[in-house]
Order: sequence, then C-alpha cells, then structure tokens
Amino acid sequence: MADFLQHLINGLSLGSIYALIALGYTMVYGVLQLINFAHSDVYMIGAFAAYYTARLTGLDHNPGVGTLCVLLIGSMVTCALVGLAIERLAYRPMRNSPKLNILITAIGVSLFLQYTAQIIFGADPKVFPPVLQDAVLFEVAGVPLKLLDITVLVVTLVMMMALRFLIYQTKVGRAMRAVSTNLKVASLLGVNTDRVISLTFALGSALAGVGSVLVGMKYPKLEPFMGMMIGLKAFVAAVLGGIGNLQGAVIGGLLMGLSEEMVVGYFSSTYRDALAFGLLIGILIFRPAGLLGKNGVEKV
Amino acid sequence: MFKSLVLKAFVVLSLGAADAFFLTGCTKKETRSEWVIGQFETMTGSEATFGQSTNDGVVLAIEEANAKGGVKGKKIKLVTMDDQGKAEEAASVVTRLVDQEKILALLGEVASSRSLAAAPIAQNKHIPMITPSSTNPGVTQVGNYIFRTCFIDPFQGTVMAKYTAETLKLKKVAIVRDVKSDYSMGLADFFIEKFKALGGEIVADVSYQSDDVDFKAQLTSIKGTKPQALYIPGYYGAVGLIARQAHELGLQIPLLGGDGWDSPKLSEIGGKDIDGGIFSNHYSNETTDPVATGFIARFKAKYHRMPDGLSAAGYDAAAVLIQAMQNTTEVTSEQIREQLTQIVNFPGVTGKITINDQRNAVKSAVIVKVEGTNNKYVTTINP
Amino acid sequence: MKKPLLFFAFAVALGVAVDQGTGPFVQLILIYIVINMMLAMSLNLVNGFTGQFSLGHAGFMATGAYSSAYLSTVLPHFGGAGQLFDFALLAFLGGLSAAVAGLLVGLPSLRLRGDYLAIVTLGFGEIIRVILLNTPAVGGARGMYGIQGPQDLNLGGIAISRFLWAFTQASGWAVLCFFVLWRLIRSQQGRHFLAVREDEIAADAMGVDTTRTKVLAFVISSFFAGVAGSLFAHYANYLNPASFAFTRSVDVVIMVVLGGMGSLTGSLFAAAFITILPELLRPLQEQTGIDLRMVIYSLTLIVLMILRPQGLMGSREFQWGWLGKWWPQPRPKAES
Repeated sequence: MADFLQHLINGLSLGSIYALIALGYTMVYGVLQLINFAHSDVYMIGAFAAYYTARLTGLDHNPGVGTLCVLLIGSMVTCALVGLAIERLAYRPMRNSPKLNILITAIGVSLFLQYTAQIIFGADPKVFPPVLQDAVLFEVAGVPLKLLDITVLVVTLVMMMALRFLIYQTKVGRAMRAVSTNLKVASLLGVNTDRVISLTFALGSALAGVGSVLVGMKYPKLEPFMGMMIGLKAFVAAVLGGIGNLQGAVIGGLLMGLSEEMVVGYFSSTYRDALAFGLLIGILIFRPAGLLGKNGVEKV
Repeated sequence: MFKSLVLKAFVVLSLGAADAFFLTGCTKKETRSEWVIGQFETMTGSEATFGQSTNDGVVLAIEEANAKGGVKGKKIKLVTMDDQGKAEEAASVVTRLVDQEKILALLGEVASSRSLAAAPIAQNKHIPMITPSSTNPGVTQVGNYIFRTCFIDPFQGTVMAKYTAETLKLKKVAIVRDVKSDYSMGLADFFIEKFKALGGEIVADVSYQSDDVDFKAQLTSIKGTKPQALYIPGYYGAVGLIARQAHELGLQIPLLGGDGWDSPKLSEIGGKDIDGGIFSNHYSNETTDPVATGFIARFKAKYHRMPDGLSAAGYDAAAVLIQAMQNTTEVTSEQIREQLTQIVNFPGVTGKITINDQRNAVKSAVIVKVEGTNNKYVTTINP
Repeated sequence: MKKPLLFFAFAVALGVAVDQGTGPFVQLILIYIVINMMLAMSLNLVNGFTGQFSLGHAGFMATGAYSSAYLSTVLPHFGGAGQLFDFALLAFLGGLSAAVAGLLVGLPSLRLRGDYLAIVTLGFGEIIRVILLNTPAVGGARGMYGIQGPQDLNLGGIAISRFLWAFTQASGWAVLCFFVLWRLIRSQQGRHFLAVREDEIAADAMGVDTTRTKVLAFVISSFFAGVAGSLFAHYANYLNPASFAFTRSVDVVIMVVLGGMGSLTGSLFAAAFITILPELLRPLQEQTGIDLRMVIYSLTLIVLMILRPQGLMGSREFQWGWLGKWWPQPRPKAES
C-alpha cells in the first residue's frame, strides 16, 4: 500500500510537469490552431538560460529562494524572447499558408533549436545548479511528501488559475478569445491581432521557462535534446484534456503522469514512451475532442 | 523566368558537385610519405564526450610517436572521421577511410554497436581494426582482423559479481539496466549469470531508456523487494540521476556499476548521492604505475585536465598499434595484423596488455569508489 | 519517362561503369542514393499527392528491413546466379510486411486531420522502433549483424561484384517504383488521391471514398519503403533500431519537401542531393568540428516553407524538353 501511495505521489509530481508544459501548448493552439513543435525546445533553452544565469551571477552554489527568483526571471525572459522571435520570423510569414506547410515549418524550427543548442552548448550534459534544498514537508501514511514535488504541483495550479483569470476576466484575455474564435473578424473589430498573437507566444514560452526551472530542480541533468520526450508527452496531455482548454491541459497532464508511473511501476518501463503514443492514438480515435473538449463539426 | 534560372543553377551545381565527388573517388592519392591510420569516433551527438575523450588519448599517443621520429622513419598521419553516434554512419565513414584515405589500420569505436557495424568492412578489406573500449564479445568474433585492447563484458560482469558476493558479502541485488544500450544489457546479463553462480539472488530486474530522467517508478517497485545493493551497468548521465532518486526514495544501499560510469560528470550529476558508489573500470587516476603516472602528467600538460578511462584506453590502443607497426619487417596491413596477435605484456597505461587467441586483451580490471570528482582506487581484480 | 526498360538498361550500364571505375565508398553512396530515391518517391505519394502528413516513414523502412533480414535467416536460398531471385523475393516480402504495417497504422490514423495525423504517424514510427529495440530475436539494442547480402560472383568468366548485384536489384526496384507511381497518379485512382489532397470534403461529396483512398496511398507507400529497407539491410549487413529513429523520417520529409511535394522527379533529384550533401559538408565539418548538417537541413525546411513551399519542382515533372533550352539551337527539341 505504501508503494502504491508512493507511486501516486510520483505520478502526480511527474504529471504536474507535463501539465505546466501542456498549458503552453494549449494556449498557442487555442489561439492559432497551431501545434508549436518548438515549444519543448523553448523549454530546453529556458533550462540552459537558467543554468548560464546562475553561472554568470555566481549563484550556482547558493541555493535559496532568492536564487530561485533570479533563475526564474532569467529563464522566463529568455524563453519569452525566443518565443517572440520564433513567432515573428517563422510563423507570422506563414499565417495564410496551408496547415501542412506551417507544420513543416514548426518541425524545422524545433530541429533548428535542438541542433543549434547542441553546437552552442555542447552535447555533454550540464548539471542544473542547486536551487532549493529539498526537504520532507510532511508524511502521509509513511510516505514522505517532498518540498520540490509540492512546489511543482502548486506552481502549476497557480499558473493555471492565473491564466484563467487572464483569459476570462481581462480585456487582453477577451482579445485572445476573439482571435481564437475568428482571426479576421477580430481584426475587423479593432483587435491588434499581431500583438495578441505575440503576447500569447510570449506567455506560453514564459510558462515553459517556469517549467524548465522546476524540472531542473528535480532532474538536474540538462542536454540539448531534453525537450523532445517531455514535449511530446505534454502535447499528448494537452490533447487528452482537450486541446485549447486550460483545465484540460492540467487534468491531462496529471493523468498522463499517473498512467505512466503506474505502467512503469507495475508492468515494464520498456514501453513507457510507447504508452504516450498509444494513449494519443486511443484518444484521437475514440474521443478526438479530449476529455473536456467539445466536438466541433467542420463546416465547409 | 527566375524559377527556371534557379532550377538550372541547381542542376548545374548538383551535376558539378556530383562530378567532383565521383572524380575524387576515382583518382587516388599516391603520395605515401606518411603512414595513414584511420579513426572513427562519435565526435558529435549525445555520446560525443566518449569519442572526444578517446580521440584525445589517441592523438597524444600518435604525437608522441611522431616526436620520436615516427615508425621506421616515417611519421604517422591520423585521419579521424565522425560517425555522429550512428551505426550506418560508422559503416559509411569506415568505407570512406578504407577506400579513399587508403588507411593501413583502423582505430575505433567506443560503442559496441558501432564497432559491430564497421568491423565487417575492415575485415573484408583486410584492414586491422583495434577497438579501445568496445566490450561486447561479438565485435572480435567478426574476423581475424578485429582486435580490442580492453577487457570484454563477460569478464567485467564477473569481476563485479565476484566483488559483490565475496568482498561485499551481499546476497540480494536488484538490477537497473539500460534497455537502449547493448553494452548495458550485456553487462547486466553477465553479472547476473556469475552472481547467481556464486549463490546470490537477483531480487528485481528493471529497465530504463538511456535518455530517461525519471526513474522513480522503477525504483519504487524495487524498494518492496528489499535489495541489499543496486547494480546499474549504464552510462553516467542516467546513473547520476538514478542515484539521486534512489536516495530520495529512501534506498540507502550500495550502488554498483561498470565502466560506463567513468566520467567527471558522474559526480556532478549524482552529487552526494553517488558518493560511495563502486564500479569496475579499466583504469584509475590514482594508479602508482609509472607508465600511467607519466601518461597522466603528459595528458594534463597537453589538455589541462585529468584523463578519463576512455582517453587512457584510446592512448593504449594507439600505442599498441604503433608498437605492432614497429615490429613489422614491412609496414603493411597484413603484417600489422600478424604483429598484433603477438602482443604480450605490453606496458599500457591501463595495465599490461596481452592479446589472446580471440584477439581480446587479457587485462586486469580495477574496482573504484566514487568520492566527489575523484575516484578512489579500491582494488585490482586479475583475470 | 515512358520506357522503363530503357531506364533500367541505362541504370545497369551506369552500375557497370561505377563498378569498374570507382571504389567501395562511391558505390556505397550510390546505393544509398537509390534507396533514398525510393523512400522519397514513396513518401511523396502520401505527403505530396494525397496531402496527408506522415512523419513515420522510418518505421515502415525498419519493418521491411528487419522482416527481410530475419526471413533471410530462415528461408532457403538459391545462391549463385539465383541470388538475384533470392533477394528480390526478400525485398518483396519485406515490402509486403511493411505494407501490412501501413495498413494497421493507416486504418485508425487516417481519420485524423493534418497535425494530428503527423503526431500519430510519428508515434507509430517510434512504437515500431521501440518494439524492435525490445525484441531479442532481431538483436534488440545490439542490432542484427551478419545479415546476408549479395555476393561477388563469377558468371562464365565475367566477375560480377556484390555492388553490381545490389545496384541492379536496387535500380530495378527504383524504376519499378517510379513507373508504378507515375502510372498510378495519372490513373483514375490517382485523381482520387489528388482530389483528397485538394479538398477532402468536396471529394467526399463527389463520391470519392476518402478513407479508402488515403489508406491505399499509405499501403503502397509503405510497401516501397519496406523494399527500400530490405535493400538497405542486405547491403549494409547490419541493422540497428537507432538507424530508424525520427531523424530518418525527417530526412525523407526534407527530400520530399525540397524536391517538391507532388513531383516524382523532384524527389529523385532531392534524394540524390541530400544523400551526397553530408559528404560534401564533411571537409567543413572536419575543419570546424561542428556538425552543421542538421542545422542546415532545418534551416532549409524553414526557408523553403516561407519562400518557396513548392520546393524545387512544385508539382511539375522534369521534361526532357528542358534540356533543349540549354544549348543554343534555333529550335527546341520535341516534347516527350
């Protein structure tokens, strides 16, 4: 029983990371109907940005809340800038192109980021600086709940609620929803669509930055291809929850983490990645709108 | 108008490139003022540090030989090609080295899967190939032109099994293997075989994939089986993380492994959690052997860092090759091969190297304990 | 374009010339070019002519390669001059198994839209690779080595090298692939493919069975990918699941996009170019120690999509008449 509880905690912890990254995917998809393949690589850049920020400011052996804030800022700013650059240079010119072409461009951007990072940062893994001392907060039935795990879960939930507030209770959010519903009409009604889209990208990317710092604390190994698998699973999580839906992204992420943990813990780890794809295929066949999505009929 | 221009330009360029490409393939370089040795390593990609480390050792050995006048008065030219960590690329570059660079002998690779891809080509063309670090037995079985200057995994697995059972006196071990690495799979199997033969029990056998970062699920499932130690025959990147997570989950048991742990990054990634971990290796920086200490000093002077096991292995492979070349009456590939089979007690940096009938090196292994970025020498196990 | 036998004869002549005149490295590259041509053409059928985005082509190549390699260890051989038949049969069986895989993958996936289909096919490609990685019978992580391939042979005094055998085989299949696809696209069924590409809903409204059309494209495409895989297996004599990762699928996508999604001849040129490119870049790489290949590829993809999404040839095919515009004759050659 203690084992199961531990698995549960592991799963939720893993899942909250997927959820955080899934939020970024779902935001961009919600507004642009675009799967931003490069999102996971922005996340990877965020991790390296945090690493170099720590090195440059000499904070790499100073764990503490202050360090955490500095790294978060460094990472979020870098990610937002990279996200903006990608949107401006690669996606905006493609705004009116067929979907297939945009997809290919996204893949191209993703690969470009990965391999350029490999050249710039080197292929050998780097170690994320210690940020927070992990500690046991409290125990549940003999299973310790650690600070880092709780932090990730809490941050994810806070981000989700903050985004909800932004999108549903603010003017900017209304603009985003307008663009998401119909870009042309939104611009006719006076919404500066370019700015809204840029903002969406910046926000989504900044979220990836937050995610990268949190993940760096838990799994300190950094290397240029670290985004691939995590990105893919986060994307599956977003689809599972209903792409375009914020709560869906979080629920999808947690479910994803839990199922992965259970499969690896109780069956075999060899198919852990295959599970993600299997889930995706299953959802898309049986419930393409995801758990919380609505089934839309495509009108001609 | 523009489009057709672009098209024409493209066609011309391609034809030109293809021409240049095929023509250079046809003409052969006949200036043989140097002995040409080929090397294929993983210089880019996620395992780049392995290739780069090995190359550092090889280059040092060849430079030293050239400084002493080379072999029989002629210098050695090393042509190194990058296989990017891919098996078919390894086959490709070795074909190129043999065919276009006209090498006399070949050094490489670290990973057994890439050595296996390239060995048949070298064997076919009768080019002696020495792998400095591939430990899978199948590599030298490809043919009589394929050699290795390191021990093989059956030996390495046995070494650790014996140490665990007899010195550490542990009976119950759980295995954490990397399913994506044939090295890890093989080593795990050999360990299990010997450990069971010595009366030990394998309480769990779980796997992960090389690039995974989360091992909590597997470790949690092992916890219940109450192992006394974990045998993790994988590469340092994952091992470091496994060590951390094992401790986070409360598994405070000895961690054991193989030469894949050998990297300065292990301790960085694993932190305090990997301290005290024990692994089998070809070589330890703490050796008092004068051959090795001399090498360490020269390596530090050139590269400004301590060598790791791969550099030492690369150095030895190159040194053995150079010795074989010296021993020939005429430096041809066939004679080099012949001389390689006669290498006995060669004073290598990684110990005395003798090439046996299966063209593998008969050498001792060292047991090393992790202590920060230093690896403390524990003991030597002789074959 | 209309005389496959002529092209095949030309290919064989080329093979003989290369066999005599060049060494194993150039020969290896040439075989890879032919294999890549088949991969590019087959993917073009799905991505270019039917407008579906498949990112899992490597999985089908792997299926064909491994099935063929495995069968070569269990099926009886003719050997000698009959080895042409042996390996042709193995290639066919490899293609068949890949086609079955294509059916299994295609049926559930092809109900999905563009971006989702891409991810799902990517997923299937990875699943196939993971299955192979975990199957000890085909070597697992170590890979399968010692796979039989065509052997050097002496036929009545004429020495035919293994390269020539392999190249003849490969060209035969490539020519077959080209002409099958060429005729298919210009047939009634071909119009269905194009209709699905242009506007799936309209096609559906016009009575085209869109799912069946898409699945057919997928299956045919996978068949030839499997054949290409088999040719690869028996020439390289070594297979490793890592050779069939997502990067391989991306390579083929780049070939298709560069050549023009919708141009068979474009795929041929692009395949040749992309195969030779790494070797051309190698001196640069040796000097700088940096592998720029993937960076160049990815940039090419982005730039192509923004500036020239139709690739080199768009949906046009190479015309012999174009050659006529090169030399300064008063009249261009007659159109083919």
